[in-house]
Amino acid sequence: MNKIISLIAICLLFVTILSSCQQEKKLPFYGERHTETIKDSSGADKIDTVYQTIPNWSFLNQDSVVTTNRATDGKVYIADFFFTSCTTICPTMHRNLMTVYNQFKTNPDVMFVSHTIDFKYDRPYVLKKYAQKLGVDGAKWQFLYGSKDSVYTLAEKNYLVAVGEDSTAKDGYIHQGYLVLIDKDRRIRGAYDGTKKDQVEQLKKDIPVLLAEYKK
Amino acid sequence: MRKYIINSIFMLSIMAVIFSCQNQETVDLQNYMSNGKDIYKSRCQNCHGENGEGLGELAPPLTDSVFLKTNKSRLACIIKNGINEPLIVHGKEYKEKMPAFPELADIDVAQVMVYITNSFGNNQGFVPYKQVSTQLQNCK
Repeated sequence: MNKIISLIAICLLFVTILSSCQQEKKLPFYGERHTETIKDSSGADKIDTVYQTIPNWSFLNQDSVVTTNRATDGKVYIADFFFTSCTTICPTMHRNLMTVYNQFKTNPDVMFVSHTIDFKYDRPYVLKKYAQKLGVDGAKWQFLYGSKDSVYTLAEKNYLVAVGEDSTAKDGYIHQGYLVLIDKDRRIRGAYDGTKKDQVEQLKKDIPVLLAEYKK
Repeated sequence: MRKYIINSIFMLSIMAVIFSCQNQETVDLQNYMSNGKDIYKSRCQNCHGENGEGLGELAPPLTDSVFLKTNKSRLACIIKNGINEPLIVHGKEYKEKMPAFPELADIDVAQVMVYITNSFGNNQGFVPYKQVSTQLQNCK
């Protein structure tokens, strides 16, 4: 009898330990960070970590309308870099991203932003045609056109995606196929290889995790 | 009795020849299919998809058997040189330009063509490399 009771007690102990260990999953932060001393509500000094954020931006979208960071402010969004005449990784990236788009189409807290790196050819009307042919309609997925300097700097310094012109490449440009997940406070919370199905699946799982952080 | 045995051996050998001929084509087909799949993965799949489903209106699907059949003699040229004219596939018009793949040798074109025309629900059989080579010499 005693044996049974102690066995049950041990089991209960395990369950409590396990459940107390369970931590809510949180996505990591990417990029540079530094600490700042701030005063909390009681006036005491507190050290806080400040993460890298996406700066203000302003580009033309597929409807030739000036679009700024205000479009994505307060939203979780996925950014990527591509160009319409790309025959290598972009079609796969956007094929996979389409599945994410279709899944979160009705969620007002999620947006999609694709920057073209072909500043010569991909004018807004080219982007519009591309979006329509891909099967995207509306403002949820923005296709943005900007000067080489502004887009390339944003890609490399802020989204941490390598892009470049390369006359030896088949289509004239090279770039990484990352889908970058940005939180509502403009911090980088994930980077997924858009050409790999399993990583895109992970992105689909991570978006709700990120959204849940803001529900509290 | 001896005559009978000789006759039957003769018949058997003729049958063996016929069977081995058929096998050679099956072997070739399998060969083309497996090499063609690798080429498809590295050059075509980006736009046309893992199952030949295409991509929106940007890239047509490769599942229109009627289109493939009516354009059979042009397929090799399209694969190698790309195409820049509207195509009607499954009743829908596709206007995007397809890039050329000049790096593909004739045998590569033959293999990937056989792969496409015998996958994704298509079943058009084997086309030998020599035939594809002639087609490629007469591209417009």
